[in-house]
Amino acid sequence: MSIDIEPGADTAAETTAKPKLALYWASSCGGCEIAVLDIKEKILDVDAAFDIVFWPVAVDFKVKDVEAMADGEIDLCLFNGAVRNSDNAYMAELLRRKAKVLVAFGSCACEGCIPALSNTTSRAATLDWVYQESPSTDNPDDTRPQERTVTAFGVLELPEFWETVRALDQIVDVDYFVPGCPPQAHQIWAVLETVIDILQNDKPLPPKGTVLGAGDRTCCDECPLVREEKKITGFKRVYEIIPEPGRCLLDQGILCMGPATRSGCGGLCVSVGVPCRGCYGPAPNSKDQGTKMIAALASVVDSQDPEEIDRILDGIVDPIGTFYRFSMAKATLGRVAGGPSGDGRGTVEVGS
Amino acid sequence: MLTATDHETAIETPHVETWQPRIIAFLCNWCSYTGADLAGISRIQWDPSVSIVRVMCSGRMDPTFVVKAYRLGADGVIISGCHPGDCHYQEGNYKALRRVHLLKRLLIGFGIDPERLRLVWVSASEGDQWAETANDMAREIRDLGPLRLPT
Repeated sequence: MSIDIEPGADTAAETTAKPKLALYWASSCGGCEIAVLDIKEKILDVDAAFDIVFWPVAVDFKVKDVEAMADGEIDLCLFNGAVRNSDNAYMAELLRRKAKVLVAFGSCACEGCIPALSNTTSRAATLDWVYQESPSTDNPDDTRPQERTVTAFGVLELPEFWETVRALDQIVDVDYFVPGCPPQAHQIWAVLETVIDILQNDKPLPPKGTVLGAGDRTCCDECPLVREEKKITGFKRVYEIIPEPGRCLLDQGILCMGPATRSGCGGLCVSVGVPCRGCYGPAPNSKDQGTKMIAALASVVDSQDPEEIDRILDGIVDPIGTFYRFSMAKATLGRVAGGPSGDGRGTVEVGS
Repeated sequence: MLTATDHETAIETPHVETWQPRIIAFLCNWCSYTGADLAGISRIQWDPSVSIVRVMCSGRMDPTFVVKAYRLGADGVIISGCHPGDCHYQEGNYKALRRVHLLKRLLIGFGIDPERLRLVWVSASEGDQWAETANDMAREIRDLGPLRLPT
């Protein structure tokens, strides 16, 4: 990659010579920002290697500063968060234009993550719940956020809240993906180290679309627990069982997303007896985490009788929320058509 | 590999008056495909909206194939395998049975009528049963109308 250095820049030559880094959060919880700081003192190495030009959570540059930049002026942009409103989309498009390399950073940007779970319901239902129906809401006048409000001081505008939450690459072209909710610190550092190495030693970039900072196997491959491939006669939720240490959680009937999830976290949850929730996204060579999990789960159900199978499967409450907890924006079947689903079984509305 | 293919676009659903259902049938190599073949040589007519894909075993049916068929424009999917106890690979059809039960729950969650997915057992000698299954499914899907997946 070539880095253009403006000869006439007024600041010290050593700062302008550094490649420019931007970090942005769209629809996210802020966990990815904390994860970046989880690399601890190495953040100083990042600062030494990059000129941070935009990072709303930590440094005081404004959107207008980014708008004023030349296209492609930012060398690397780590974009976390899903795209769920018009402002997220504006920032995604802006940073895509301004950055040479745009990285979908974290599960929200890669697959939609928790925000995309609202694709199982509708925009109207979400707003009704937040501004009227939730038990802690007191809103007698039914005040709702408006996209345009005229006041004595001028017109106030809010971004448009979308019906459907999208992953970053469903809105703009994305160069690389760093999965995880959040990406683990050692993986973030590995990615940054690689980028620094590429920039400083003029090495070739990995092929476009590469998943960085993650493994190329499944979470099960990293799991320290012993799997005996037992058939199971019933699913148990985490509060119903104290798992036997050292034994595969799925073998014990606990719904663990390990078989359908990409490796890379180092088996963080499973090594302390907590089932994998699937945050590193679909395993390599698969696009749909949910259907892959169905394939894996059905194999361990111990029955050949339709009624008994149904009884065992009744132990899986909320199949969509469990199988697509982190990848709903990328589900092959798209968003849920029938509105709020309540118990996860949903209202069936077809062919209309 | 099927699941790794990028950026495939769903076929546009034609206008309702001219609409014909598209049904994809995944038939196992050992029983059901041979059964459909028998229906063919016996010159039994069945609904032309059913298109057959041969798989080695109904146990090979990854649920991903089913949802991808819907995404690419199928209105219904049939999976057909050997009768229980007859699987060429001992228990592939039982695996298919469990997967279909779980997949139907997922379809309901997505607001898709579970009748759009059907698991049947057709043996190599049951050509007429195959034709009946195909016709019955086509009738059912015609009643349900086109599947319009949200994007």
